[in-house]
Amino acid sequence: MRYAETGFNLEVDLTRGNIERVATDPRDTELYLGGLGTSAKILWERVPPEVDAFSPENLLIFSTGLLCGTPAPGCNRTIVSTISPQTLLMAFSMMGGFWAPELKYAGYDKVILRGKSPKLVYLWIKDDHVELRDAEHLRGKGAVETADLIRHELKEPNAQVAAIGLAGENRVFFASIEQGRSSASRGGIGAVMGDKGVKAIVVRGTKDVNVARPMEFMGLCNDVLKYIKFRNDNPIPGVMPILAGLGSPQEMKVHDEKWHTENFMWGNSRVRRKDFWNDEIAKAWAQTLDSMRTRLISCYNCPMTCGATISPPGLPTYMMKCFSKLTYTMAAFSDLEFGLGIAQSATEYGVDGFSTPQVMAFALELLENGILTDDDFPGMPADNEGRFHWLLDKIVRREGIGDVLADGTYWAAQRIGKGADAYAHNNIKKHEQLPLKLSMLNPIYFLMYATGEKINITQIEGQFPQAPWPTREEREEFAKDWFQVPDEKFKQYLLDWEPRGEKSMPFYPTVDMCCDIVDWQETMHYIDDALGMCAGLSSFPLKPPYHIHNYPKFISAGAGIDMDEEKLAKAARRYRTLVRAFNIRRGMRRKDDKPPANHWKKRFPELEKQLLDTYYTFKGWNGQGIPTKESLHELGLDYVAEDLDKRGIYAEAEDDPSSDAPAAAAGN
Amino acid sequence: MGEKKKKIVKTIKIDVDKCNGCRACEVICSAFHAAPKYSSNNPARSRIRLIRDPLRDVYLPVYAGEHAKAECMGRNKYVIDGKDYDECDFCRAACPSRDIFKEPDSKLPLKCDMCEDDPAQEKPLCVQWCINEALIYEEREEEVEEEVRAEDVEVGLEAMIDKYGLQKVMDTMCRMTASKKG
Repeated sequence: MRYAETGFNLEVDLTRGNIERVATDPRDTELYLGGLGTSAKILWERVPPEVDAFSPENLLIFSTGLLCGTPAPGCNRTIVSTISPQTLLMAFSMMGGFWAPELKYAGYDKVILRGKSPKLVYLWIKDDHVELRDAEHLRGKGAVETADLIRHELKEPNAQVAAIGLAGENRVFFASIEQGRSSASRGGIGAVMGDKGVKAIVVRGTKDVNVARPMEFMGLCNDVLKYIKFRNDNPIPGVMPILAGLGSPQEMKVHDEKWHTENFMWGNSRVRRKDFWNDEIAKAWAQTLDSMRTRLISCYNCPMTCGATISPPGLPTYMMKCFSKLTYTMAAFSDLEFGLGIAQSATEYGVDGFSTPQVMAFALELLENGILTDDDFPGMPADNEGRFHWLLDKIVRREGIGDVLADGTYWAAQRIGKGADAYAHNNIKKHEQLPLKLSMLNPIYFLMYATGEKINITQIEGQFPQAPWPTREEREEFAKDWFQVPDEKFKQYLLDWEPRGEKSMPFYPTVDMCCDIVDWQETMHYIDDALGMCAGLSSFPLKPPYHIHNYPKFISAGAGIDMDEEKLAKAARRYRTLVRAFNIRRGMRRKDDKPPANHWKKRFPELEKQLLDTYYTFKGWNGQGIPTKESLHELGLDYVAEDLDKRGIYAEAEDDPSSDAPAAAAGN
Repeated sequence: MGEKKKKIVKTIKIDVDKCNGCRACEVICSAFHAAPKYSSNNPARSRIRLIRDPLRDVYLPVYAGEHAKAECMGRNKYVIDGKDYDECDFCRAACPSRDIFKEPDSKLPLKCDMCEDDPAQEKPLCVQWCINEALIYEEREEEVEEEVRAEDVEVGLEAMIDKYGLQKVMDTMCRMTASKKG
């Protein structure tokens, strides 16, 4: 008997319409846990670097996490992985909501799509009954609308639907997969779904999910709930509101947007408005949010209320989460009313709320600077807000300039030429980033930005405070009950950290400390992504209810796998390294491990080199960021080392281990 | 007629405005009633179900009550605060018109027992797990007529008899008894 997981995947060959239920190997669970971990292994084995995002041979994997569907609070994430059309690397985007637990209850851990359907279809999974159904009548329909139509059509009000909108159908490189109140948005996975001819995956499950040691597992769950209550009643003092509590920032709750609006960049990540926030704006925005927000809502089995139902005047209701609240507003230099309104269309079209506003602001910047001209924008309205609506529409339909912009700022700039690439300035690994431009290099963030393969900083950061409190007393106060640290030394790192002087950024935390801190933060995120846990209760906030000390117990009692902290950290390192090896095999090298050139004004090239060199060594990677044979061997990944060796990747790296010269991009 | 008697009525006050739609109540209910306790969970077995339609802002936690053998003749609609509700949204019955409050395997009806199961809980677990306090447990005293309560087995058997007829159930019981002995 398998615990926590079902032990079965659904393999769907879209080209032939063949569907199989395939038993999985429990040894893989022990080594790679589940979710991202086991999906990375499948991708490594079955998707060689020659395969493009839009090849039939590309896989699109919808995975539950190992603990999804158990009573572990907040464990509801679906991990979608494939080849990204934008970065050409592995995309692994996640969504909360209700889909993953439902799939477990239907009796499956993953749905693995391969091939391409000759016509638009949706996959309907109800327990043992699985079928591909015609979706031509849903072509062009919004993602939210589609979910509603399918539930009616099937007479299954409790079915969970993950669907794409027009953007996915038209293979927009930053198309998302939408699912009720959540979406998997990064890396353009919605485009891959559209390319495969799949409009939606619809799930209803009525089977049991078992846990191995029930009483122990429930004890752990109750402790987590108790600690959530404690943290809700005891916000962390001296940090901005969204960092004080738990959850995937409580953006829908918070009215005070001083910090975001004054510290994040407006437009095409260009302009900082230091005195933007005032009483008048605070009042107007609060009124906007209060008048449109019908309810604060949660994902499956989670007490946090990170999302909201939004009803903009005259538009259909939709559900919003997190920071897309402000991305459109700030890209357009507009107000919250505009932002919440255009996000309604964007949700139906199914596009990433981070990339999309930036792509549109980028287009208008090119127009202002004469790289694009009015001829490229025929019929575009004159008013600012109208232009954003017009651009969004063109992009998702891939009409005119929209077809170019639909490839994202990096590829659009390549297609436009004429120096347009200088305007695609906020990318890492060809992918748009949060609009942040700061002053002094932050060594911790430097490493996270440079080496992160999750592409999104919010999916890498957390746990360690972003800045030191001004006084030692405050730092001591924080460290007092900071039991989540994997090692006591982290408390000392924080206690000695000063805002100014000798022990301040960028030389403190020291290079070695930075490696420890980044590794800890990354490890926690990777564990979440295998277990299906929301980062908002674990790796993202300060002092979360899930941490390295109780996770092994959850896995032991839940899945019946003997687990301790060391074994868990090693498992996370194993599939994290596998993700890197997968991307290395696709051409990623040291040259790609860098933040946007203008992310910080004050840079320290020597320190940065030292940081990267030391971190690579720390991780068991060579000077090009390639996992060494020794480190792969230690993780039981000899099969990876052999493959990299066979492809001549080690030979090439040994020629010039510190070279920043671009390596040939594989695949495309 | 039974005699009049004072009785503690266990009540769950449901504040639908506070419901965030997470369905933790369904998770913990089905886990508590699993055998062995907490060994599995499955919202389809839960004795509380959330009637949830986010786009219409409908969030109604409903508890399984008595089993109804037949569906109602009419289905009325309620409009409350501008929102449409089907009459069934408030109904606690396991009935032929819908699939909730029935064991997914046997289709036998389920009924909320306020977690008086072994061991009896201080408060129903759905209430304990609803930390947003949409579900509040209250006790009040009432004078009621005492009734003879059917045991669980009897409730189950009655449902089987309704579905398959007395003769069939008796035949099956006889056969099973014989085979167990043999």
